[in-house]
Amino acid sequence: MNDTSRAGGAASLDVSIASKDYHSASGRPLRALEDLRLTLPAGKAGAVVGPSGCGKTTLLRLIAGLDKDFVGTIALPEHGRLGMAFQEPRLLPWRSVSDNIRIAAPHVSEAEIAALLDELGLAEHATHFPRELSLGLARRVALARALAVKPDLLLLDEPLVSLDAALARDLREMIARLIDERRITTLIVTHDLREAIALGDKLFLLSARPAHVLATLDVPTPRRHLEKEAAEIIEARAREALAKARAEPPQSKQ
Amino acid sequence: MIRLVSLAALLLLWQIGAWLSDPHRLPGPVAVFEKIYEEALSGALFSNLAITLARVVAAFALAMSFGAAIGYFMGRNKLADRLLDPWLVALLNLPALVVIVLAYVWAGLTEVAAIGAVALNKLPNAIVVVREGARALDPHLEDMAWVFRFSPAARLKHLVLPQLAPYLAAATRSGLSLVWKIVLVVELLGRSNGVGFEINMAFQLFDMKLLLAYALPFVALMLGVETFLVQPLERHVSRWRRGVSRRLDRI
Ligand SMILES: Nc1ncnc2c1ncn2[C@@H]1O[C@H](COP(=O)(O)OP(=O)(O)O)[C@@H](O)[C@H]1O
Ligand SMILES: [Mg+2]
Repeated sequence: MNDTSRAGGAASLDVSIASKDYHSASGRPLRALEDLRLTLPAGKAGAVVGPSGCGKTTLLRLIAGLDKDFVGTIALPEHGRLGMAFQEPRLLPWRSVSDNIRIAAPHVSEAEIAALLDELGLAEHATHFPRELSLGLARRVALARALAVKPDLLLLDEPLVSLDAALARDLREMIARLIDERRITTLIVTHDLREAIALGDKLFLLSARPAHVLATLDVPTPRRHLEKEAAEIIEARAREALAKARAEPPQSKQ
Repeated sequence: MIRLVSLAALLLLWQIGAWLSDPHRLPGPVAVFEKIYEEALSGALFSNLAITLARVVAAFALAMSFGAAIGYFMGRNKLADRLLDPWLVALLNLPALVVIVLAYVWAGLTEVAAIGAVALNKLPNAIVVVREGARALDPHLEDMAWVFRFSPAARLKHLVLPQLAPYLAAATRSGLSLVWKIVLVVELLGRSNGVGFEINMAFQLFDMKLLLAYALPFVALMLGVETFLVQPLERHVSRWRRGVSRRLDRI
């Protein structure tokens, strides 16, 4: 009943999921997503915010095509070349940092890989093995790998989770700069509203499980010049929108 | 160092044993080494060792490649696993001697029957070990490879083989020692050359010097392969686990 097409169009990423259930061996099915719709224009960054366990990783897995067991349709950007950074770095432990990137992006030149490593501050770690890296560095390698394939759609799953504040800020700024410069259509999922405001042009506020979009909000661009006060105003607006959506009876959800 | 001491102690015990017993039952080390020298000079020792080694390599390669392929398939495919598992259990419990005799009866006293029988004895063990490895493949890395559209060759080389390496190494280690032993039996029962054949001859003639003159170099060869081939290979495939290896690689 599902259809993941690669047709382009005005909207770059168009997700319309009627339902996604997990079937455990025992007991009744667990509904992770229900009536979740979102549209992301080409070249924009969308940030999906929702509480832990609401179905964010599930949503990314469906978009990536890792799980085809759902009811609904997902239209990917043209060509549909995918770059993804999972919640855990998922590097090949037996290959060096540069090999990890090279293997995932075999058609990319050595010069480009070197430039990318340099840009992400990984040049001195190129020959290191993943187990020699901190989580922050490993995340950057995973990000470099996702960017190396020159994706038409970049998916980032909680890119800053479990990093300490300073590291999280550095990486957040790095991600914002990279996706702004390259104008890659990007979908980031996070449980942190501030993180979403800092990274997204468009916010999708999710309900608790089963997840659906409670409210959509535009963040003024360019984000880089967003003052602290402005960010706070957006945060307040987002919370207001959430409260309003939750107060409404369930049948009115779009 | 300790190994050398232990080896010297063994030689001493042997010598003492030889003094205490009849030289026809247990000849001393000197007599045996003289015999080894004699057999080496005539070239018979080396040709027999080489023939046996070639059979070991052929049977081992056959068992490992089929074992790895079937084991991987069974580890990844539930239906195949359920279908083939009873066969596997039967093969695991079939005595080596039965396989060898059946092979000789059905295929004649031929090289193919000999090598096939040895390989068939090793096969179930290789399957079981590799199947375990295939079941333990990390699904997270599998998803990563899918998202980045790894080619089948890249998937095999960078994802599957590195994860199977410890299992393949374990199968190699246990497999080699098994294959060495069974090759001798196969040679004894149905071949007219090789170490097993010579040992059988020595037994018929009750020539203990000749028997030991073949048994000892054979054991030495096995130990050599284990120490200089299998162990370094094992260290090589697991080098990424150690932090220092990276630096060593570059020196
Ligand atoms: N493979 C699975 N089988 C069964 N339930 C799952 C599976 N994956 C996730 N879930 C459940 O689906 C819900 C959503 O999970 P997930 O998408 O990982 O949430 P999030 O990423 O928002 O924290 C959770 O209740 C989780 O327990
Ligand atoms: Mg998650």
